[in-house]
Amino acid sequence: MAKARIKLPEGAKVGDVIEVKTLIAHVMETGQRKDVEGKPIPRSIINAFKVTFGGQEVFAAELHPGISANPYLAFFMKVPGPGEFEFTWIDDAGVKVVERMRLNVA
Amino acid sequence: MVESTRFRVRSGKLDRRKLTLGAAASVAAAGLPLALLAQDTGEGWEQAVRKVLGEAKPIEGKLLVDLPEIAENGNTVPFTVSVDSPMSGTDTVKTMHIIATANPQPGVATFHFSPLSGKAAVAGRMRLARTQDVIVIAELGDGRFLMHKRNVKVTIGGCGG
Repeated sequence: MAKARIKLPEGAKVGDVIEVKTLIAHVMETGQRKDVEGKPIPRSIINAFKVTFGGQEVFAAELHPGISANPYLAFFMKVPGPGEFEFTWIDDAGVKVVERMRLNVA
Repeated sequence: MVESTRFRVRSGKLDRRKLTLGAAASVAAAGLPLALLAQDTGEGWEQAVRKVLGEAKPIEGKLLVDLPEIAENGNTVPFTVSVDSPMSGTDTVKTMHIIATANPQPGVATFHFSPLSGKAAVAGRMRLARTQDVIVIAELGDGRFLMHKRNVKVTIGGCGG
């Protein structure tokens, strides 16, 4: 798996509801397609995504083949204070991508 | 890794047996012609809905589903799903499920919200194999379910094949 991109708003204040945007590069192969020789291409998708802030769960998702390649997910959080986000993506092969990002609070 | 175990149990094969049994009942409950069931191979969308709802009867409510009326490319159909909820006390949204009724595998995603969520909304991009209904179900903190169905016309189908 490859690069993840995360976008947090600038100048969030305690109590604000902020939008967190995430994007990760992944083929999200559905397992439905066949290659040129007619052999099925095995499924390979990110099946789980989890976000914590200061160790507490904020948002989680179970993803299926119906999610597009390079999954983009945007969700919200009510800012409890300054802290660090931890984003975890896990794919079918068990590969785990973890990104951490600090939220600065105005 | 505790969390990822939970993921697998929820989306895995554990309750598939139960689901197959429930399939006929769910079709009857939804008042759908049996011919629809006959067309299904593998786990149909009725089972997917049944898996979420169990015996519960969903209500129409403040569930907003933002999908294009016509999607030119079924490989990336943008969606936003949200419930107008204060997300405090018992007035919360626990999970939201997206089910694409005519995809080879109808389950698209399940989203879990938390006390930190602040707002029950999520945006992403989904695949749609062809023109079809998309069903969104939200499970509320008080155990009730909201359900909404939207038709999306697809010009070029996703999911390959």
